[in-house]
Amino acid sequence: MPPATGGGLAESELRPRRGRCGPQAARAAGRDVAAEAVARSPKRPAWGSRRFEAVGWWALLALVTLLSFATRFHRLDEPPHICWDETHFGKMGSYYINRTFFFDVHPPLGKMLIGLAGYLSGYDGTFLFQKPGDKYEHHSYMGMRGFCAFLGSWLVPFAYLTVLDLSKSLSAALLTAALLTFDTGCLTLSQYILLDPILMFFIMAAMLSMVKYNSCADRPFSAPWWFWLSLTGVSLAGALGVKFVGLFIILQVGLNTIADLWYLFGDLSLSLVTVGKHLTARVLCLIVLPLALYTATFAVHFMVLSKSGPGDGFFSSAFQARLSGNNLHNASIPEHLAYGSVITVKNLRMAIGYLHSHRHLYPEGIGARQQQVTTYLHKDYNNLWIIKKHNTNSDPLDPSFPVEFVRHGDIIRLEHKETSRNLHSHYHEAPMTRKHYQVTGYGINGTGDSNDFWRIEVVNRKFGNRIKVLRSRIRFIHLVTGCVLGSSGKVLPKWGWEQLEVTCTPYLKETLNSIWNVEDHINPKLPNISLDVLQPSFPEILLESHMVMIRGNSGLKPKDNEFTSKPWHWPINYQGLRFSGVNDTDFRVYLLGNPVVWWLNLLSIALYLLSGSIIAVAMQRGARLPAEVAALAIMTPILWIRKPRNHEIKKLAPGHTARLSQVLLRGGGQVLLGWTLHYFPFFLMGRVLYFHHYFPAMLFSSMLTGILWDTLLRLCAWGLASWPLARGIHVAGILSLLLGTAYSFYLFHPLAYGMVGPLAQDPQSPMAGLRWLDSWDF
Amino acid sequence: MWGFLKRPVVVTADINLSLVALTGMGLLSRLWRLTYPRAVVFDEVYYGQYISFYMKQIFFLDDSGPPFGHMVLALGGGFDGNFLWNRIGAEYSSNVPVWSLRLLPALAGALSVPMAYQIVLELHFSHCAAMGAALLMLIENALITQSRLMLLESVLIFFNLLAVLSYLKFFNCQKHSPFSLSWWFWLTLTGVACSCAVGIKYMGVFTYVLVLGVAAVHAWHLLGDQTLSNVGADVQCCMRPACMGQMQMSQGVCVFCHLLARAVALLVIPVVLYLLFFYVHLILVFRSGPHDQIMSSAFQASLEGGLARITQGQPLEVAFGSQVTLRNVFGKPVPCWLHSHQDTYPMIYENGRGSSHQQQVTCYPFKDVNNWWIVKDPRRHQLVVSSPPRPVRHGDMVQLVHGMTTRSLNTHDVAAPLSPHSQEVSCYIDYNISMPAQNLWRLEIVNRGSDTDVWKTILSEVRFVHVNTSAVLKLSGAHLPDWGYRQLEIVGEKLSRGYHGSTVWNVEEHRYGASQEQRERERELHSPAQVDVSRNLSFMARFSELQWRMLALRSDDSEHKYSSSPLEWVTLDTNIAYWLHPRTSAQIHLLGNIVIWVSGSLALAIYALLSLWYLLRRRRNVHDLPQDAWLRWVLAGALCAGGWAVNYLPFFLMEKTLFLYHYLPALTFQILLLPVVLQHISDHLCRSQLQRSIFSALVVAWYSSACHVSNTLRPLTYGDKSLSPHELKALRWKDSWDILIRKH
Repeated sequence: MPPATGGGLAESELRPRRGRCGPQAARAAGRDVAAEAVARSPKRPAWGSRRFEAVGWWALLALVTLLSFATRFHRLDEPPHICWDETHFGKMGSYYINRTFFFDVHPPLGKMLIGLAGYLSGYDGTFLFQKPGDKYEHHSYMGMRGFCAFLGSWLVPFAYLTVLDLSKSLSAALLTAALLTFDTGCLTLSQYILLDPILMFFIMAAMLSMVKYNSCADRPFSAPWWFWLSLTGVSLAGALGVKFVGLFIILQVGLNTIADLWYLFGDLSLSLVTVGKHLTARVLCLIVLPLALYTATFAVHFMVLSKSGPGDGFFSSAFQARLSGNNLHNASIPEHLAYGSVITVKNLRMAIGYLHSHRHLYPEGIGARQQQVTTYLHKDYNNLWIIKKHNTNSDPLDPSFPVEFVRHGDIIRLEHKETSRNLHSHYHEAPMTRKHYQVTGYGINGTGDSNDFWRIEVVNRKFGNRIKVLRSRIRFIHLVTGCVLGSSGKVLPKWGWEQLEVTCTPYLKETLNSIWNVEDHINPKLPNISLDVLQPSFPEILLESHMVMIRGNSGLKPKDNEFTSKPWHWPINYQGLRFSGVNDTDFRVYLLGNPVVWWLNLLSIALYLLSGSIIAVAMQRGARLPAEVAALAIMTPILWIRKPRNHEIKKLAPGHTARLSQVLLRGGGQVLLGWTLHYFPFFLMGRVLYFHHYFPAMLFSSMLTGILWDTLLRLCAWGLASWPLARGIHVAGILSLLLGTAYSFYLFHPLAYGMVGPLAQDPQSPMAGLRWLDSWDF
Repeated sequence: MWGFLKRPVVVTADINLSLVALTGMGLLSRLWRLTYPRAVVFDEVYYGQYISFYMKQIFFLDDSGPPFGHMVLALGGGFDGNFLWNRIGAEYSSNVPVWSLRLLPALAGALSVPMAYQIVLELHFSHCAAMGAALLMLIENALITQSRLMLLESVLIFFNLLAVLSYLKFFNCQKHSPFSLSWWFWLTLTGVACSCAVGIKYMGVFTYVLVLGVAAVHAWHLLGDQTLSNVGADVQCCMRPACMGQMQMSQGVCVFCHLLARAVALLVIPVVLYLLFFYVHLILVFRSGPHDQIMSSAFQASLEGGLARITQGQPLEVAFGSQVTLRNVFGKPVPCWLHSHQDTYPMIYENGRGSSHQQQVTCYPFKDVNNWWIVKDPRRHQLVVSSPPRPVRHGDMVQLVHGMTTRSLNTHDVAAPLSPHSQEVSCYIDYNISMPAQNLWRLEIVNRGSDTDVWKTILSEVRFVHVNTSAVLKLSGAHLPDWGYRQLEIVGEKLSRGYHGSTVWNVEEHRYGASQEQRERERELHSPAQVDVSRNLSFMARFSELQWRMLALRSDDSEHKYSSSPLEWVTLDTNIAYWLHPRTSAQIHLLGNIVIWVSGSLALAIYALLSLWYLLRRRRNVHDLPQDAWLRWVLAGALCAGGWAVNYLPFFLMEKTLFLYHYLPALTFQILLLPVVLQHISDHLCRSQLQRSIFSALVVAWYSSACHVSNTLRPLTYGDKSLSPHELKALRWKDSWDILIRKH
């Protein structure tokens, strides 16, 4: 497409933000001022110096990576017992190895990888992972921890490369790498069998590849461009596959892509066909590819977990039929409901159970003194009901009668098989939910009154249809009062054996509480069919498991009287998390950010916003900024949202357009957006929150710190240019920041690597004097 | 001075007759038979009780919104507050001035009609479009129903529209005469209207945010206006008064002045007004009432009657030997006091765990003689206050002795009955089984000024830290089973992580103990505390507590027969039956004009699609619209479509019970957008005169159908006509509408 590449000089004027691709660009950044390299680029630099630069570049990267790996793998085997959430994720890894089905609120990829790592390293899945503090003893756990630490170690080089690409400044990248390497929080979180290192690995990988493909934009559809674009897609799928928090990075990449496309669309030198090609490429790599991969992880998940396990009860009957060992597996039952069938009825809401009755009456003073009807989670003879016609009491199993199927809209009676009482409701208030009506068992040997009549309805069906076992979603509408049979999900007191309350709700709102399905179905007159026919298709299970996960997630509500972590606690490092140990004799590990790093990050965000808004206002007022200040300005989100127009760039830095185009473009703004997206949504969440939720945001904020301080120091150096040691300011500043971080890590490293001995409030303790906030309890 | 002698006094009145007519029709539709039905209709039962509280000047707390809304309703006045608001449909007694109580909402509803006209006009659309908007407002059944009752939505809508209108007026002034009198007037009015809207209901915040957003964008453009001078020039300019006139002439006012004026009017004024609402509220309702319990002891003591009567004259400083009741500061699930009684923990719990079998300590939500505790100095034996009293300070070691049983508060390494991770708290009984008493507590004053602060009645919030185990006395929030009489569980929380209200206590009732003998002391405990001195809280302290409680108060999400979800609103899939005549089948429903609702949503969709289309085309440098038409289109969209979005979309994030009337503010913005889109189609998309005529005819036909629908639904709006079951069935156009049909 000639118009796309044939821009020439005009191109570089129009599209100033594009950098060069790959290591060459980064290598060029090895200089203190990238612009110098650019200015010289027409002339070919000497071969020797270039090679030297390349070696230096790789050496630095290797050093950063090595340091990161060293810190993460140091004392990885300690403590040799379960720490904090290892009890969950380790257990789930074991489930994969044992192939038993379980339920968790997060998507499966992370736990699957943990399981795989365990499997490959010789862990046999026999450890129970019962509670934190249990010793691993002879069980091999290093494989799983090592895998998490391995992924966690890559965070530092990824951040290093990202910042290098965004700022083209080696010192900014080094500073970021140091902040992350020496942060005790990141270190601690990477050392255990948790989802977070895996999640952060994918988030950073997505960020890095997005930045890389942005800088390839001047060579669209080239091999590296495709490579980075599809790698972004793959990482996105990974991030989402580990935790739903991955949605935030998807949002970020999405915004970036929309801005990018909007920019391309406005470029009149590109034909619409070319823009269409760009759009298609992005749809393919950023939507189709991740979706396919994400679905694939679920496919693997369902394939691996083929045995019945602790997660069965959370899923619908049809779903359970897939699991070997479940009593619905390979069972064969009649497909359509007929009169005279003996059935069990299951509520569709998770963890409510089967419609149940037993030979106990409601106690005095609670509605009518009739037989209790409840829901019960376990399989039991008292869950069996016989479905009968409302007006005849003849035995439908008499072989002389023809089989008659129950149809949508029929009036029926449900007779409890063990006690021969009918499901009954009337205008008495229910025991717990006072606005609903009571449901009882009534009548003798199946003879009751008109309050025993229910209309059976299939949700979203037309009249006259048969009712399918397992798959039809049915409602029971009480004929006399017009209310709907449902379970409130409230636990009855001791008189009700702590089973769940069943009520008849006068509100006809459609909620899962009042929708049921038939699970067991016994009718000798009907041919049994194998349940395999009823097995849900893959899209159905995928949908169902997502519904269950979302419900599970929103079910994690904090209780009133508990201490919970609030999002505003996080950036100020207000309180940590105990990973292991409480008392002074225990081996204690405490998840807490390195306060020097975190408070520096906090300061940097404030400084960034301040400087950004000052410059934005100055530019809006039409002030002519000198080139170096303009370089800082480029980082502001204002410019990030809206590309600097040509005249603005000229206004900013007369004569330096080309130079600007290479420096720092969009860097800070993009990183700040990442921080915002990974932090603020938590304020809207109703679920229980923990300190470790902040760590993805913390990665972005550290990158911002790196970029900001590097730029500020450069600015200082430029401002004092007349002073002979001006250039030294930059070097000295960066060096002191690096050393300060390293020293603070030396001070706080016992938090991550573990401490034994007296608590910090004891002056004897090695940590005495380091408890800078009262709320830290180590 | 004597000018009128020289020249004739001439008044030129410029009356827009259509505006007058619209106002008249609005008043007619809203005020017609306002006192009918003379019975409690739907949420009147809810707002009515607050009107009564105002009339009786009794303190109340309502989490649904700031007090200004209730005040506006109570302004109807002339009422002694004696009416029992307990049942929808109850007949009003003769002392309830129904007309005047319903008047203000009805006026607000009526004035929204001419305001819609003005807004569309200020958006620079034609007189015809403006008339259209007003006429739609006029015939919208849901708006009529809602404004004819003692409800707040119509007032909220009024202030929302007022805010938008005055901002537009201000913005249009900005172009030709900044800093003129009318400029200032409209700018200030914007801020006032915004804060009133917020004061009516928290929903008003949405419109406030919208106006702030639009104002911020305009201010940003202003900032880019290079013809305006900077700050520096301004300071010089402002120094010379002579310059002032010249400044206005040349529009050379500094940017800084512009920004400052906006900040004051749109940020400072609303905050001040909002505080003022609360100030007036707290002045008006100064008597204690049924909602006292939710507030802290200090707040309650500031109200007349109630706790103030009890705590009046209590000694301020708690001393060793003081008799106190201790109230939990968090007070959830119910406010309660530290309590103990003769019964012991059961030896073995139902789940098989054992207990210490010592005396139960609970939290009890009612006043009781067993809530009294004596603060004892561990080093002395006496249980009376020495003279002079020795006050207890932060960090002091104390024992808490239960007044009636003289056993002391104790905790130990035994799992609590319901929270096995915490320690059991008991009153110590010596069973001689080598389980020593651990009854020393260190007092921590949470809100201390210095480390030597004295423990004060009501004002101090304290924590009790157990000396042996460093556990903290805490209300776990769980109800004990029958053996504990369903009282609340008290535990010793070992991991005291940060501040939490459930570990904090304050002294409510307090007196200096005088009797050493147990018998006498029991008599002393039974007698009420003595009297004197009142402690007043500052306004800001009371305001912040009240505000905090209002936001934190979570009404249990009780389902309601007529609750609905936001998705059902757009297409009007739901209604609310407000009232049914006790004998006939005359009834009032909140039911919109379905033609307007559906076409409003359509207009919104068309607006969004057209805007997207124009944006894409402009990006490719194809300008379909002239610049001024484009700017008009954008501003109208920002305010109308934006107004709809901010008033509607947030409901998807809310977890509370929602009703159809929550959609009405969003609906008014949709109604404003409708004529805008119609005029745009007619002006820019109809190519020929013929098309334009056809389009106009269609619009007229559409409007008459809307009128027809409105007229058909009128019996359900006013409830004035009893329809036959057959007619009612015919009105049930959607299966999901719930129209009440009597069975005879």
